[in-house]
Amino acid sequence: MSQIDRLFKGVDVVNVGIEFFKDDIVKQGARAVQVDWRPPGGGNVEVIAALDRLASASVTERIEAANQQAVERIINSRPMLVGFGRAIDVVPGMTRETILHAGPPITWQRMNGAMKGAVTGALVFEGLATDLSEAAQLAASGEIHFAPCHEFGCVGSMAGVTSASMTMHVVRNKIYGNVAYTNLSEQMAKILRMGANDASVIERLNWMRDVLGPILTAAMQTAGEIDLRLLLSQALHMGDECHNRNNACTALLIQALTPHILETDFPTAQKRQVFDFVASSDYFSGPTWMALCKCALDAAHGIPDSTIVTTMCRNGVEFGIRVSGLPGNTWFTGPAQPVIGPMFAGYKREDSGLDIGDSAITETYGLGGFAMAAAPAIVALVGGTIDDAIAFSVNMAEITTAQNPNVTIPLLNFRGIASGIDVRKVVQTGILPVISTAIAHKDAGIGMIGAGITYPPAECFDKALLALVAATEA
Amino acid sequence: MAIKVVIKPNTYFDSVTLMSLSTKANQIDGVDQAVIAMGTAMNKGVLRNVGLMTPEVEAAGNGDLLIVVTAASAERCESALPEIEALFNQRNQARSAGETRYATLDGALRQSSEANLAIISVPGEYAAREARKALEHGLHVLMFSDNVSVDDELQLKQIAHDKGLLMMGPDCGTAILGRVGLCFANAVRPGNIGIVGASGTGSQEVSVRIHDFGGGITQLIGTGGRDMSERVGGIMMIDGLRALAADPATAVIVLVSKPPAKSVEEKVLAEIKACAKPVVVCFLGGSEEAVTRAGGHFARTTKEAALRAVVLAGHDEQHINKRALNLPLIDEVRAKLTPQQQHIRGLLCGGTLCYELMLLAQQRFTNVYSNIAKDPSYQLPDVNISREHSFIDLGDDEFTRGRPHPMIDPTLRIARLLQEAEDPSVGVIVLDFILGFGAHEDPVGVTLPAIRECKQRAASAGRHLEILGYVLGTDADAPSLHEQTAMLAAAGVTIASSCTNAGLLARGFVDRGASA
Repeated sequence: MSQIDRLFKGVDVVNVGIEFFKDDIVKQGARAVQVDWRPPGGGNVEVIAALDRLASASVTERIEAANQQAVERIINSRPMLVGFGRAIDVVPGMTRETILHAGPPITWQRMNGAMKGAVTGALVFEGLATDLSEAAQLAASGEIHFAPCHEFGCVGSMAGVTSASMTMHVVRNKIYGNVAYTNLSEQMAKILRMGANDASVIERLNWMRDVLGPILTAAMQTAGEIDLRLLLSQALHMGDECHNRNNACTALLIQALTPHILETDFPTAQKRQVFDFVASSDYFSGPTWMALCKCALDAAHGIPDSTIVTTMCRNGVEFGIRVSGLPGNTWFTGPAQPVIGPMFAGYKREDSGLDIGDSAITETYGLGGFAMAAAPAIVALVGGTIDDAIAFSVNMAEITTAQNPNVTIPLLNFRGIASGIDVRKVVQTGILPVISTAIAHKDAGIGMIGAGITYPPAECFDKALLALVAATEA
Repeated sequence: MAIKVVIKPNTYFDSVTLMSLSTKANQIDGVDQAVIAMGTAMNKGVLRNVGLMTPEVEAAGNGDLLIVVTAASAERCESALPEIEALFNQRNQARSAGETRYATLDGALRQSSEANLAIISVPGEYAAREARKALEHGLHVLMFSDNVSVDDELQLKQIAHDKGLLMMGPDCGTAILGRVGLCFANAVRPGNIGIVGASGTGSQEVSVRIHDFGGGITQLIGTGGRDMSERVGGIMMIDGLRALAADPATAVIVLVSKPPAKSVEEKVLAEIKACAKPVVVCFLGGSEEAVTRAGGHFARTTKEAALRAVVLAGHDEQHINKRALNLPLIDEVRAKLTPQQQHIRGLLCGGTLCYELMLLAQQRFTNVYSNIAKDPSYQLPDVNISREHSFIDLGDDEFTRGRPHPMIDPTLRIARLLQEAEDPSVGVIVLDFILGFGAHEDPVGVTLPAIRECKQRAASAGRHLEILGYVLGTDADAPSLHEQTAMLAAAGVTIASSCTNAGLLARGFVDRGASA
């Protein structure tokens, strides 16, 4: 039967544009699906031209092959927790005068209130300044080396400020050998990562340095290694999405650590403090999964011709992405966006800081906002309905490359999490990766005031696309 | 006056939805003016011209949605905003639960492996890109979008031709394929007559005439308005003809178009010569001789085309109601008009309907003007002001730039109707009402108040105003032909049973020189 014969027998329609055309076809008993068309690249002519150049048969072939490789590396990575250690000891290149921060590069002058608060707090914690105002002078003096966590193999939650004495997770990729690091959750709302920096914050950081860190370090020496991806997969089957909702994964992690904590040679009272500390907030393992994601995505970074996004992060002022095909620390940035969601009592939209933190690495891997269908309970925190949660997970399939068969979502028939955000698809569809995240107060010292949904600015992806085209044609 | 602007970044709605939202927003209490549009250069220009430019509007991009509201005070503006937001929410809720929707054609095609037709109605500058993708995936294309370049049209049609696919459009609004009416089409009985049409409303007219005469349609293939031009060369007209010639269910083929370019006409006639099935050719205003020489059946009017097709298809001519012209009616109406009332004013939604009416008038009169006149000396210098006999295609670009088509929004025609009714030289005003898929849900109802008003005004001025209405549709359309016609008749409108008859009646009503 020829194509025309088949058409004459019956229509099966894809409708691109005016919706009532589709409705009328369905009314007549025939099949039609709707494409919610939007101008590619937001109608930006330069960007559309770039998409067209990448769409030639030969270039597409190269890109598809490279993306296959990148996505394979993300999916096959097996990040293992292999220990804890102080940043100065375990993070390559770390110095006493280095302060790492979340997001793409930013100068002290441009940092927002929360990040400045965290920086000054960290400088006091490190003993580099005696009080916060001295710390501010020091920060502005040029003597402190500021750098993104990402450029040192680390990730940092919220302000992400990481300093020499902080205890870090050490996460090694069993398949590809690369290592990722992140510091520990401070558990409460009034904490350094949210920009708080008073005596209580410093005191807690001291305890973490002197008690929590050493106990965890010793525990891992007997534990050897913990398969984080295994715990992650279980957690998604238990209602977590491992960005904002970490109830199950924290329980699984502490369960794995507990026997080894017990066996360490520390006073029972201190071990008890550790258990109480972990129990005080479900968020304890939040950073752990961030490190898992960074570990997997770093393994996929630097594959020529690949349009896969390997980093999404924010510093409260700018949102930055990196793509696999443009190796090293080539950042594509745009303005950080507001986070929209329910706020704790007494706070208003105007009190919010903009999107901040390296935690968007979880969405980059396919967790968090991408896995909301696994965590219906999160909708109460970020606003919206269960149908919204499911829809986010489904929509993200439009801008990603594959499903990760190792990490699945029961509600979606055990569909694997959406893996491999493709810059081309983001630009073509206008669908931006959805991120669910906490809202920090815009001023230093206050902390978390809510949680909600946000998106990267489209321009990050537009810029990355143009750079990818230039690289392909070079 | 206060103005409030809200920008929704990276939010896209198609033009039809935006029109609908704007219209509803303007009806909100307290709102003087509301504009809901995409942040394109064109729309910004419009806002600038009417004094509604603001820095936020200036900064907005192509992919951002603009909401501009003016009211008596800032408070009124603010209070209108939640109501405007509610309009967007209503739209979202109208979607059926569990319906799968896609963000791209690629996404849809990955999931819909059985799809065989893409219908494309995105803005012209993006349409060719989408069509190319669809064709490359092996789908036929129906492209409603216009403002697509000739080069793109040619390239797309060549790709389609080489792949054995149909590329219907650009500027194609009507098709009936596999028993389904697509875009703007009527519910027509299935049968054994196939149609290939380069004219949207012309195709619709022939299809409903066939239905009225007792025949039915196998397929109605649209080619788009520019297919028969020199550059495009009638690729789809010919491929469509061949497809119907090869279709075992089609016994008779009808071609509908305005007269093609000479070179194209030759190509098409050569195809007809080679075609084993009878082909009825309705090239409005074209040459009979060439068609007959090629072995085709020439039809001077859309009515004649349908009638010939139905007879060729095997229906007994004796049993067909040919809707003969009501000659006594012509005399009756002519008698009601004053000597001054000499002119016809046609206010049409359908382009081809306008064209046919104009041709019929031109057979009797020389002073026939239009906004779509072929001869520049009969082109109206100002399309908003009629002169002598005037036939206005209200769907033409000049009237639809930044406005919905008159088939969807009757506002412009209603205003023009009232204007024409004031002119004491006007004897008859001809109005078309198009039913079927894609049409307004009550084209007659929404125009009736204006019709009644016109008749009253004329009556107060001491003259009879003849309004001649033609409803294009069938009794299977919703609303039905019967319902809509009855409403017109009840308001004193004279009913024509076809476009052709409307043309004959209209010219008869004002023709004091001869019989119809």
